Amino acid sequence: MRESVIMKIHYGTALAAVALVAVHVLFRLTQGFVDSLTYESVIANYRFLPYAGMLEIILILLSIHGFNGLRVILLELKQGRSYEKAVSYGCIAAMIAIIAYGSRTIFMTNMGMV
Amino acid sequence: MATILSTPKEKTTSVISPSKKVTLRVAKYNPKTDPKKKWVNYQIPYEKWTTVLDVLLEAKNHLDHSIGIRYSCRQASCGSCGMIINGKPRLACFTKITELDTTMVTVEPMKNFPIIRDLVVGFDRLFKTHKRIKPYIISEDSEITTKTTELLQTPKEVNNYIQFANCIKCGLCNSACPTMATDSLFIGPQALAQAYRYVADTRDKGKDDRLKIIDESHGIWRCHFAGSCSQVCPKGVDPAMGIQLLRGYLLGFRS
Repeated sequence: MRESVIMKIHYGTALAAVALVAVHVLFRLTQGFVDSLTYESVIANYRFLPYAGMLEIILILLSIHGFNGLRVILLELKQGRSYEKAVSYGCIAAMIAIIAYGSRTIFMTNMGMV
Repeated sequence: MATILSTPKEKTTSVISPSKKVTLRVAKYNPKTDPKKKWVNYQIPYEKWTTVLDVLLEAKNHLDHSIGIRYSCRQASCGSCGMIINGKPRLACFTKITELDTTMVTVEPMKNFPIIRDLVVGFDRLFKTHKRIKPYIISEDSEITTKTTELLQTPKEVNNYIQFANCIKCGLCNSACPTMATDSLFIGPQALAQAYRYVADTRDKGKDDRLKIIDESHGIWRCHFAGSCSQVCPKGVDPAMGIQLLRGYLLGFRS
């Protein structure tokens, strides 16, 4: 993939994440931060599908943006063909792992496993 | 017969000050023989018009012939005498002692370049990256035939790139660039500014080629927009702006 395409995704995910995190924070303000962190409240949020869907999208956006940012930092830190390949594939793997783990939590809650 | 008893003295309003002295601190290092860099101090007289290059040559001619220094035109045209003067990348011939406003002038070789000896650095990487971006007009019309006419441009079209054509390849921008310090494959502000110079030229048809060259993992996107390249350019080129304008092409804001 060309670097300009990757960077377009990088900037796009950042803008989308800012917008969605703002919505997320506004939702928390309606409830109060302390209450929003209680077990029942968190589970209720995961079971409310539109909200859970938004959290899932935030997770995907931030994972893509964050791990691409990490890739860029690591590419600047050291250079070398095998190192760069390891960094790129490592970041993609870590991105998928984080998204899978976060999604698993939402799915388990909705399937009544929590 | 009248005799001249004494020659009349010329009246002047300005007082000629006695020559002042500056301490020139030179970083001396030969990677082939020296284990590490050492600092050598020289006391050199200077006047209002004395440049750092004048002081260095004074030291080289009269105090220490072994000082390694590269210079040529003495008028900020050739870009040979770039070095770190009092912590900032500058041209020695274009920096007066008086403008530094200090009695101690420290000179070091440019950063982000391999040291050959003392103040002389290797330009291989700069020339290689400069060459990579194809620093010439690519056009089918550029072949001169009997029917060749002038490639006319409006003043506005010239204004789009003319400041970037002032680059003298002195390397000060690459020396000031923080990304150049960490990323050994980064193409650098000098080459990127030159890429913009030709991309913005209406006579050129090599835009796509150049954009492809700079759009790679160690290309234009590794610039953090620190802006230090533009701060140090002795010719008023603004590589940071050129880089942002090039990004505009790659992001689809410009065509």
